[in-house]
Amino acid sequence: MKGAMVPPAKPRSYYGLPVIAKPVWKPEVPLYFAVGGMAGAAAPLAAAARAAGNEPLARRAAAVALAGAAVSPVLLISDLGRPARFHHMLRVVKPSSPMNVGSWVLSAFGATTGLAAGWQLLDRPSRAIGAPAAAAAGLLGPVLSTYTAVLISNTAVPAWHEARRELPFVFAGSSMAAAGGACMALTAPRDAAPARALAVAGALLELAAGERMQRGLEPVVRRSYEREPVRALHRAAQGCAIGGALLAGAFAGRCRRAAIAGGAALVAGSALQRWAIFKAGIASSQDPDQTVAPQRARRPATNSALTDSLAT
Amino acid sequence: MSAGFELKTTSYGPEAHPRMGFFTDTSLCIGCKACEVACKTWNDIPEDGLDFTAMSIDNTKTLDANSWRHVAFVEQRVEVDDPVQGLRWLMSSDVCKHCTHAACLEVCPTGALFRTEFGTVVVQEDVCNGCGYCVPACPFGVLDQRKGDGRVWKCTLCYDRLKDDQTPACAKACPTQSIQFGELDELRARAGERVTELHERGETSAQLYLADSDNGVGGAGAFFLLLDDPEVYGLPPDPVDCSRDLGTAWRAAGAAAAAMLGAVAGAIVWGRR
Repeated sequence: MKGAMVPPAKPRSYYGLPVIAKPVWKPEVPLYFAVGGMAGAAAPLAAAARAAGNEPLARRAAAVALAGAAVSPVLLISDLGRPARFHHMLRVVKPSSPMNVGSWVLSAFGATTGLAAGWQLLDRPSRAIGAPAAAAAGLLGPVLSTYTAVLISNTAVPAWHEARRELPFVFAGSSMAAAGGACMALTAPRDAAPARALAVAGALLELAAGERMQRGLEPVVRRSYEREPVRALHRAAQGCAIGGALLAGAFAGRCRRAAIAGGAALVAGSALQRWAIFKAGIASSQDPDQTVAPQRARRPATNSALTDSLAT
Repeated sequence: MSAGFELKTTSYGPEAHPRMGFFTDTSLCIGCKACEVACKTWNDIPEDGLDFTAMSIDNTKTLDANSWRHVAFVEQRVEVDDPVQGLRWLMSSDVCKHCTHAACLEVCPTGALFRTEFGTVVVQEDVCNGCGYCVPACPFGVLDQRKGDGRVWKCTLCYDRLKDDQTPACAKACPTQSIQFGELDELRARAGERVTELHERGETSAQLYLADSDNGVGGAGAFFLLLDDPEVYGLPPDPVDCSRDLGTAWRAAGAAAAAMLGAVAGAIVWGRR
């Protein structure tokens, strides 16, 4: 009452209500980020392993890519408000929409991984169709793993939009850790050395880029990661990545059980990381201060000392 | 100044109209909610929950799939000599801004959201597949998915009425001309005169919001005269079309994808030892 002329210590708002809308995406979406990302990193591993003559690893990596390519559309279609209209995603080519670009990339990835796998099942000479298809999938895969970071950062959600430079590296690292982990668990240790190396490199990239991303956020936006349940999810993701990388680097080369445990930890860590980032965005969207404070800093207020809202 | 409002509606050829919009002058709003009712009636919008919020007399809370006009009520204590008289009540009818640079339209993967021949932004209900991307893309939180329907809905600026040279339902119903409809250039000129008049009368807090193109959405088809800072009404003080930074995000993704290919190659070489 007496504070009428005192500028408010915290950003003003309309009854504390959010300024932007809460994302309506269901849990299928972050799950797709993890599954599609893993498939996207497995495809170049498959192509490179085949080129290097490591057929056992190539087959398993191709299987991981194919499984991810098969599951991903199911997750995405189930998230739609009108699933029967899923094909509307492909009625236009629209570079301004990362989701439209991603739909085309996922379609092409599914076609090329499917073609490569089908060709191999038919046991035809792979040079004609199989090898080019696998190579194309290997080039599309990294795009599939990282475009989802572009997609969520291209929103008004502060915790996602502000992280647009770092998020693709977090997603790339997380995808490599999951793909390397899955392939190292599925392959005999003597053939799995490249998968283990990819898993360790991916986990390190995920941890480093994730740390850099959080430090780059403005303090008011960083709150999204400092509050529960996101903090706990993020810690769990970090724990899985560190534990999985240790198992992959130190024990998985000698012990299949360590490879399976490490691979499972890395896949789980990748999914937890996407889930934490997804939930951080939801929390960020619901906090009006995260939207208003950075904008207000760019554009000085004209009236903030004039009046004092009774109810806000 | 008006150059910022020139939209690429040239693809409509002879059907292209001057850009139409709303000037919502909140200094004239009496909080009757006739705009909300007229909008719901004309557009046949379903009920949106009947609850009492204790937020002054705002029981609509926000724009969403089933509320395309929302009247905000702000109770404020102001500095005057008499403490009993020292109150003011702000009312403002919020609506979709029909931005020049509309993030919703740019991120829509199906092309369901489009720019009409009037320069407005409309969702085609027979195309929308409910992907939900426009919902967090809008810097004003206007778009929303309708439960049980799955598609996204928002103000159309009464596209059907505009096609018949009719005034949108909310502006037609407004009893105080707080909601003014017309050609955007004309509305802007009128708003400029109004804010000058209010300043001369001593209402120095009057300010225009999104009236020119000097903002992150390139100006709005629906702009406002406010009596306090935008955030007091639940509006973002410096909204930005997120697509402005899309190039930065894609470049980072390209670098991350290249790093992934490099890591795979390195892993294969390392694994051969």
